[in-house]
Amino acid sequence: MSSSTLSRQTSQPRTTRSPGIKAGLSLRRSRDTLNGWAFAAPFLIFFLVFLIWPILYGFYMSLTGKSLTGANDTLIGFSNYAEAFADAGMWRSLGNTLYFTVISTVPLVLIALVMAALLNIGLPAQWLWRLSYFAPFLLASTVVSLFFVWMYNPQLGLINDFLSKFGIAKVGWLNDPNVAMWSIVIATLWWTVGFNFLLYLAAMQNIPVQHYEAASLDGAGAWRQFFSITMPQLTPTTVMIVLLQILASLKVFDQIYQMTGGGPGGSTRPVVQYIFETGFTGYRLGYSAAISYIFFGLIVLVSALQFVITRRRSV
Amino acid sequence: MATTTLTRSTPASGSRQVIRQPRKKLTVGKIAAVTVAAFIAVLWLIPFAWATVTAFKSEADASASKVSWFPPSGFTFDAFVNVFQAGNIPLWTWNSLYTSAAITAITLVISALIAYALSRIEFKGKKVLMVVIIAAIIVPPPVLMIPLFYQMLAFKMIDTSWAIILPQVIHPAMVFVLKKFFDQIPHELEEAAVMDGASRLRIFVQIILPLSRPILAAVAIFVFIGAWNNFLWPFISTNDDSLLTLPVGLQTIKSAYGVQYAQNMASALLAALPLIVVFLFFQRQIIKGVATTGLAGT
Repeated sequence: MSSSTLSRQTSQPRTTRSPGIKAGLSLRRSRDTLNGWAFAAPFLIFFLVFLIWPILYGFYMSLTGKSLTGANDTLIGFSNYAEAFADAGMWRSLGNTLYFTVISTVPLVLIALVMAALLNIGLPAQWLWRLSYFAPFLLASTVVSLFFVWMYNPQLGLINDFLSKFGIAKVGWLNDPNVAMWSIVIATLWWTVGFNFLLYLAAMQNIPVQHYEAASLDGAGAWRQFFSITMPQLTPTTVMIVLLQILASLKVFDQIYQMTGGGPGGSTRPVVQYIFETGFTGYRLGYSAAISYIFFGLIVLVSALQFVITRRRSV
Repeated sequence: MATTTLTRSTPASGSRQVIRQPRKKLTVGKIAAVTVAAFIAVLWLIPFAWATVTAFKSEADASASKVSWFPPSGFTFDAFVNVFQAGNIPLWTWNSLYTSAAITAITLVISALIAYALSRIEFKGKKVLMVVIIAAIIVPPPVLMIPLFYQMLAFKMIDTSWAIILPQVIHPAMVFVLKKFFDQIPHELEEAAVMDGASRLRIFVQIILPLSRPILAAVAIFVFIGAWNNFLWPFISTNDDSLLTLPVGLQTIKSAYGVQYAQNMASALLAALPLIVVFLFFQRQIIKGVATTGLAGT
């Protein structure tokens, strides 16, 4: 490295500025390229081995008839995909996933907003409210499932017992195919709404107080202030929360697998469970990988929409 | 603003009204708000309360057809005793603890290093690198489970803790959270060190890291909670009973003692306890963590 510094110095003898600085800069630049990649390397190694490689390898698997029992690496082209598109089970699980996403996103955003708006008024004992709304988010899905399976129990469960006091007949919360997905949504709402609530609360507390002071001087009441000041200021947050929520809901698996196992009669089975089952219970890794990629395509589509929407907003 | 107040409230009585009105509205509104907030809070606490009551019941009381908040034969620690004697809860808690801690530590080190490079160092290929990592944010982990499992089989890591830990250390979104924070640190702070010929690593360790404690804590908490609660990947990558993490272990308990309600609730509560305690201690940091990492994640 010192030799290159020297040659640079001699090749530019006419510069009036100290040649040492220029040489130093270029030296630093080449050293920086080395430094940059050295700093990036540890992450990149994990990134390549545990993210990029599985993505590529998964795609390759989806083009083979690979099974968990005997290795069969022969390429069979896109026939796994053709089979998947004709597979009623896959469509049903995709439909269940989309249904869950639609009916869970609305309450998960709206109730989070209501919770944050209530706390933003400045109630006493903030920590108590925050704790009770957010604490479920800290639980593992297994714990949440144990809680709710117990409360949903048709005979011994708290919820049916409570309803019976109003003369409401026993509901098969997790056994009735028409109700089961809603029961999962309720459990999911309880479990995860606290995260969205905190995002909303943080955004609300960033709105300058002067806006409200000015509005109240102009005679705007609390409702008026909420709809004319808070909501518009929250638009970017709302867009972000809705999109994060959609992406999170599309990945649903844990609580459904643990509470209903996808039942009754496959009425709650999400696509992630279908991928899991074709791969690990059905031993068809190649086919399972193909369904993963169809699901991935869906996620990419939603993310692309997100990108377009947020781009349009920022321009 | 002060002038508008003055002009509006020139009559003495008017000025009083201006001050009083919002107060009055606020108190009425506040009572309504407290009521609604309390109603939601009670709803949100009921599952915890019901699980706790059940855990302190005898199995007979728990499975009695008459639902009761106060069990006829009184409260008992039997369920907890049984869980400790029969189950592996302490072992699984330990497994969860050290795998989550390892995931958090590795994530922090490798993410902070690359975030520093992306933020402070000009190097060839940086832009391409950024685009690739941003794109990786959208990759949903379930899509990777099949190839990752196969890869772990090939590495002979299935049924080792490595299988649980290694694939969970890549958090592209966290890299950008850290990068954004590093971007805000004034360059003047490191210029003196550069003049003195300090190496990049030294600047990173001695100047950047100490200034970044809040964001490092936020990322650590976020990653730790995620790792502690992750179910799908540990479930796929381990079968060995002695390696199970708490969420996966609980799932096996549920199938093994399907009808023992008091015992199930006792295990669930024991599993929930560590993070709830952590939350009570680090409430402010956790909330900040969710707010900053969640917001900056996109």
